[in-house]
Amino acid sequence: MYTDKVMEIFSTPKNVGELKDANGIGNVGNASCGDIMKIFLRIENNIIQDVSFLTFGCAAAIASSSAATEIIKGMTVENALKVTNKQVVEALGGLPQQKIHCSVLVEQAIKAAIADYKTRL
Amino acid sequence: MKNANKIYFDHSATTPVDREVLKQMLPYFSDTFGNASSVHGFGRSAVSAVDAARCKVAEILDVSPKEIYFTSGGTEAANWAIKGVKLTEKRNRIMVSAIEHSAVLAAAKQVKKDGAELILLPVTSEGFVQPSSLETLINEQTALVSVMLANNEIGTIQPVKELAKIAHKAGAYFYTDAVQAVGSIVVKPRELGVDMLSLSAHKFYGPKGIGVLYIRAGTHVDKLICGGHQERTMRGGTTNVPLIVGLAAALEKAAENQQDNLGKVSKLRDYFVRGVEKNIPYVIFNGSMKNRLPQNANFSFDFIEGEALLLLLDHAGIACSTGSACSNESLEPSHVLLAMGKSSEKAHGSLRFSFGIHNTKKEIDIAVKVLAEAVAKLRSYSPLYHEFCKEVNHVHG
Ligand SMILES: Cc1ncc(COP(=O)(O)O)c(C=O)c1O
Repeated sequence: MYTDKVMEIFSTPKNVGELKDANGIGNVGNASCGDIMKIFLRIENNIIQDVSFLTFGCAAAIASSSAATEIIKGMTVENALKVTNKQVVEALGGLPQQKIHCSVLVEQAIKAAIADYKTRL
Repeated sequence: MKNANKIYFDHSATTPVDREVLKQMLPYFSDTFGNASSVHGFGRSAVSAVDAARCKVAEILDVSPKEIYFTSGGTEAANWAIKGVKLTEKRNRIMVSAIEHSAVLAAAKQVKKDGAELILLPVTSEGFVQPSSLETLINEQTALVSVMLANNEIGTIQPVKELAKIAHKAGAYFYTDAVQAVGSIVVKPRELGVDMLSLSAHKFYGPKGIGVLYIRAGTHVDKLICGGHQERTMRGGTTNVPLIVGLAAALEKAAENQQDNLGKVSKLRDYFVRGVEKNIPYVIFNGSMKNRLPQNANFSFDFIEGEALLLLLDHAGIACSTGSACSNESLEPSHVLLAMGKSSEKAHGSLRFSFGIHNTKKEIDIAVKVLAEAVAKLRSYSPLYHEFCKEVNHVHG
């Protein structure tokens, strides 16, 4: 049901773990829905210098998290806010309909992490 | 896909057709191909094969051949049993356990939509329907009680004999879905005292698409499939001779080797359970170990999600399943584990391993190792696990 790209990213995800010096953290989802995503950002001079994630969830959730972190790394805060779940789905070569919500969740996690960064300014 | 080096621990989903069984089926495709309803010799040859199969099945189940009805599988048999019982104004209630297979649950929901009152029977945290809860909830309006003989996700064997007695005392019929049990443990409908019982060949090394509904003589059940006069006018459709021959052959072989197979499979299962519990922390064995099918093990792995784990295992060539195979397309956590009072997080993190007669200890050694690695990998991604480790460090540090 998954594309080869999803399986590839899921089995070797990038940017996994906790960023110790993160200055923006977004935490979305809950265990009862089966997905929790936590995005860590280190933003300097308005640029996302580093990003990582921790995800509890299915293969699509883990692959979406990895793909999204790769998309926003090096972006300005403004551009990162414009990243949509569609771009994540494209990077994965598509997601099954019932898994689209994983890409939506990661978009929300990025927005939450940036909002957190802004409250710390 | 080649099967070499692949490890199959999903025998509750389906089993490979036994080669001897297949051999017995093959002549009925192209050689003895007649329609069992035809009067001529071609037809008579087909009829005699079906009669012999029916008698064999009846003998093994210890019932009359007249009580055996061939269906297209467990799902059709369940639909027939649930929808076939006549509801009246006075008897309009059906009761099914909360952990039934989707075949039963979906059929029951449809009957409810048509106006019946549907009561779901709760289960204990160990995965059993308690006779006392049926006793409390049943009433004189109850037309049918349906409790499976063995659960497909956690393998618990239900106290069907006691439950059937309670149903009968209230004047209700009792149906048991024995699809997971038949071929694994000894099943005798009369000893159980049930009015209807279903089984499916592909769970015991027979072909897919063929099953049986046993209907005790004298039970008033309407037909589900209208058509010709097949199955003593109770089930229309040209008789599926090769599959019926295959079902009977597979059941016969399962019955002959029942003791040996049960011993072998339960030893493998127990060895696997010990291996998992020794090598992987924070796992929960779901369901009672007592009164459980010999082939079934079901675990919840804390902090991670079952589908991701299943895919990592599949990647390494090990096949198992989350919940039941039928629920893989849905996002819902296992309804069985939820009914047992597990949190949805734990229900999301569950995997079922079901062993078969061709599995080996060596395969289990490999699987335990791969499983431990996969669990550790997914936990390293999990925010829940990271939080848990911090808390533990906080307490101990
Ligand atoms: C308990 C139970 N009932 C019914 C079925 C459905 O049987 P079938 O696949 O023959 O339709 C299955 C298996 O899929 C099952 O495990």
